[in-house]
This record gives sequence, C-alpha cells and structure tokens, in this order.
Amino acid sequence: MAAILQITDVNKSFGGLRALWDVNLTVEEGTVHAIIGPNGAGKSTLLNCLVGRLKPDTGSVTFEGRPIIGLPPHRINQLGIARVFQTPEIFEDLTLLDNVLIPAMAKEDGAFRLNAWQRVTRRRALIEEAEHILEDVGLADQRHRIAAALSRGDKRRLELAMCLIQKPKLLLLDEPTAGMSRADTNNTIELLKKIGEKGITKIIIEHDMHVVFSLAHRISVLARGTFIADGTPDEIKGDPKVQEAYLGGAHL
Amino acid sequence: MFKRNARQDLIFFLVFSAFVLSMPVLLAPIGAGYPDLLQKFAIYGLFAIGFNILFGLTGYLSFGHAAFLGVGSYAAVWMFKLLTMNVIPAIVFAVIISGLFALAIGYVSLKRSGIYFSILTLAFAEMSYKLAYSVLTPLTNGETGLQVKLRASGPVTDLINQDVRVLDAAMGIEENGIPAPSLFGLEITGWQAFYLCAVMLIAGFYIAMRINRSSFGMMLRAIKSNQNRLNYTGVYPRPYLLAAFTISGMYAGLAGALLAVTDPLAGAERMQWTASGEVVLMTILGGAGTLLGPFLGAAVIKYFENIFSAINENSLHAVLSFLPDPVENALVSVLSMFVGEGWHLTLGLLFMLIVIFLPGGLIEGFNRLIGLFTRSRKQTTGENREEA
Repeated sequence: MAAILQITDVNKSFGGLRALWDVNLTVEEGTVHAIIGPNGAGKSTLLNCLVGRLKPDTGSVTFEGRPIIGLPPHRINQLGIARVFQTPEIFEDLTLLDNVLIPAMAKEDGAFRLNAWQRVTRRRALIEEAEHILEDVGLADQRHRIAAALSRGDKRRLELAMCLIQKPKLLLLDEPTAGMSRADTNNTIELLKKIGEKGITKIIIEHDMHVVFSLAHRISVLARGTFIADGTPDEIKGDPKVQEAYLGGAHL
Repeated sequence: MFKRNARQDLIFFLVFSAFVLSMPVLLAPIGAGYPDLLQKFAIYGLFAIGFNILFGLTGYLSFGHAAFLGVGSYAAVWMFKLLTMNVIPAIVFAVIISGLFALAIGYVSLKRSGIYFSILTLAFAEMSYKLAYSVLTPLTNGETGLQVKLRASGPVTDLINQDVRVLDAAMGIEENGIPAPSLFGLEITGWQAFYLCAVMLIAGFYIAMRINRSSFGMMLRAIKSNQNRLNYTGVYPRPYLLAAFTISGMYAGLAGALLAVTDPLAGAERMQWTASGEVVLMTILGGAGTLLGPFLGAAVIKYFENIFSAINENSLHAVLSFLPDPVENALVSVLSMFVGEGWHLTLGLLFMLIVIFLPGGLIEGFNRLIGLFTRSRKQTTGENREEA
C-alpha cells in the first residue's frame, strides 16, 4: 500500500508552549487511521496543520507526494482533503440541499468561477448528486429545511455529507461523535463504515474508544505533542506506554 | 436558497416591470405621479439594488458606495462635455469608470472584513469627496460642480467651461444654447427621463435577479453564512467578494449617470458619507438580501423625503386649526421638528422602528401579513415565505 499522507518532523509552538514535537506519521491509502491521546496532546493542532489553518514551524507534510505546507485552506481542499470539524461548520442560514450543493459546486468549478448567469436549478446533475448524498446520511426528507433548525447530531451528518459529495481522497474527522448519544454514535459508526467501502482514506481523532476500535485499521497515540505508539488496534490495546499516557492524562 | 423556478421568476419579473412602467398612473393618487419624483425612485432603486448584491448577499457592509455614484455622475457629464449629448456613451462610460474605481477600492478594502472593511470603504469615499473639492478640481470643478456648457466655437483653452462634443460636432448637430441630454434626437427630459430610468431599473432588476439565482449568488450567500466553512470547502472567497463589490459599484455608477442625465450637473456632495449612509438605510428598510426590498426602501425614503420636507409650520397650522389655540400651538411646535428641514428625524424614527420590530425590513412585514392570511387557510408549507 502506498502512503497518501506523509508527516515528517513537524514542530509547532505557541509562544513558549511546544504543541507538536518532531511529529512523524504515515497514513496508508485506503485505511482508517485513528489518532488518540489525552486532552491537550496536540491532536487538533496537528489536524489544523494538515488543512492549512496553522502553519508548522518546521517539518514537512506531503499529500500524494506533494508538499502542502503553506498552501491556503481552499487549495488544500482542492487537492482532495476534506475536514469535519469538532463543532459542525455548516451554512446555517441555507437549506440542507444548498449546504451540500456548495461543496459540489466548489468541486466542479474550482476555487473561483464567475458563474453569475446560469441558474442553480439548471445544474440538474449536481442537484441529483446532492439529493443522493443527503439520502445516504438520512437527511433527504429534510432537504428544504434551513440547516440552523437541525439537531446537533444531524448537523454533524450534514457536514459529513458536505465532505462526502466532494469525493475527497482524504477525510479528516475531528471527534465525529463528541456529544452524541450512544444510539447516534452507533449510527455514525455505521455511516462511517458504509463510506469506508468507497475507499476514502480517513484520519479520525476520537476520545470514544468504542468508536476507535470499531473503525480504525491503525491507531497512533499522541501524548504531549509527540507520537508515543503506533500500531494495529490489538497492539495498541496491550501497550503499557499508552495505558500510562492515558492514566497520566487522567482520562478514561 | 429558495428554489423558485424560472417560470415563477419570469412572472415575478413581468409583474415588477409592469408596476414600474405604470407607476405614473398607479402612484398618482398618493401624489407621486410626476417624473421628478418617480425617476428618483428608479435611480435610487438601482443604487440600492446594486448595493444589496454586496451587502444583502455577502453581508459586507460598505459605507462608501456614494463614491461610485459620484464617479458615475462625473464620468457621464464628461462624456456630455467631450463627446456627445447622447446618453448612451455617458451611461456606458460611467458604468465602466465606476466599475474600475470599485475594482481598485474593493481590492484594498476586501483585505479586511467586518467593521474594518466598513471603515476602509468609508475612508476611501471620504478621500474621494475631499479630493473632488481640492486636488481634483481640474476634473470636478470643485464646489461649483461639473456642468454642461456651451460648445466652444474657437480653440479650446478651458475644458471645464468650454465643451467640445466632438461626436455631435462631427455629425453637424446644431446647438442653440446649452443642449439637454438626448437619445438619438429624442430629448431626455420630463417623462422621457423617467422612462429611461425605468427601463434601466428593470434591466438592473433582471440582472440582480439572475445573479441571485445563480451559482455565483449562492457562493455570496455562503460567504455571509460561514466563510470559514467555505474556505475548507475549496472556495476562495476573495474574488467572489471583489466581483460582488465591483458589480455593486457599477450599479452605483449607473445610478450616478442617470442622476447626471436627468440633471446634467455633478457635484462632490453626492459622494459624502451621508449619501453612502442613505443607501444603507434604503436597503435595510426595504429588506436586505431580498430582491424587491432595496427598491421598495429607496422608493419609500424618497417618497417620504418629498412629502415631509414639503410640510412647513403653516401647513401644520392649517391642518390643526380645529384644535384650541394653545393645544394647536404646542402640537405644531412639536410636529414641526419632524417636517421640513427636520424630516430626517422622521426618517430616523422610522428606521429605528423597522430595525427593532421588523429586522427583515418591509418585505418581512409583507411576508408576515401574507403568512397570517395563508395560515388561516391552512395552506402554509413554508414555501411562500420570502417575497423575493
């Protein structure tokens, strides 16, 4: 299997705080790679470095062999990296259908296209695709509602649909089940398994071990800004360093 | 946002056009059936419709759009002076120049968002205003304003006070005195002027409607809703914003050109911040983000300006003469603050009431009324919300 994402010696500090410390990670194409670790370990910082929100101080990140550090977020997305945020980032004032149409248009039109004359309703193919995706995540019957009216769980599913319609090569999920009920969490796991069949590589940041062990092919453990363990779920379960990091981090 | 299909849009557009063209008849009963006022509805309606493409769709509040209005006026008058009294070159040139102007100002201002963007646009507009009075006097004729003058018979030494009208001269058009703007021989004054403005308004409305329903329009709404998400969705918001800014600047330029067509004089006071503020009021009063709202807001403000500024103390005394004298005098002294010169006080109150009780503007008010009626018929599906 080929590496789709290669992170090499990435460092990031905020003032005197060193958030990432010589981070190295290889994500294989087609896998689900979970990143776990106690609060404050640097998981979100790492994710922000991957999508262009933050720029690492040193080190390199290559996506499909192409360096992506320093690229603005929209360029990184156009390369095929989509992200689901910890708190859903959606277009609250627009309908669900529009929420999904916008990323679909971004995929088709690129970062900018002055298409001020053609009616949105004439883009039948995109609308059909959008309705299809909404069906996949179980929101089709609400497609004409305004997104702000959705429950938190539904907003997450909408955001997932917005990422999926772009058919990304790499999908980053930042705690996709945080704050969800057990039933919703299980639904999300099923949904993520279903989209896993489409061969999208995924990086999942998650605290819920149930989710992690249900989905991940490979797990990396981040503690105090650096990876302390990396392996299959079974290897990670038995790793004493991981246990210590979690107990030391007073988590679980 | 609201999936109106092309047919519904066409009907809506035809009804709007029919209304605009028949305003002289329809609005006669409320005392607005004369060209001077109606052409103001159309001109400021255009200004507000264009402003709405920026403010209503993207949420970027420009406080400097009057600069483009002023630039449009100056550009149009220069065309009258240099080329021809035909309005077409004047309008085209004004739209192009104000578009370029907007492109430059927008390019810089859009480096920031929110309040900083507003302040930058305000600063640029005030700079333009001050420049028009000082450094740029050779182009603007300062306080006197740029005017159409007699065509020079001999060599031209002073372009401000001597016109050339190269095109008219080449075509051998005779001039007796200072000519009026024309459209291929048809003099543009009175009702002709109104109908010219009305046709421009209808065209501008149609373009705004198409922008509203387009992918571009949806991206602008997405910018207003969540620019952060848009970035991570692979969209670069800056060029979208710049395009919206430039288009709205061109609308302002068109409005400015029409002001010059209906009265061939361009003054710097048109660029002052109060004029920029007025278009903000119009848009919010009518309903920002809606299609019809900005025009409605512009018409309502221009109408009330006309009515209230015409009332004076004498007319108040005449209306209230049935009251006992002390009451009458007291009432008149209070009410007179709100009329005549003080009509801005009325405007301010009206604006406050709208913002507090109808934040979606007059259009929201209409929608609520329609909602009341349709709900009583148990037909409400949420589809007929949003008049435009």
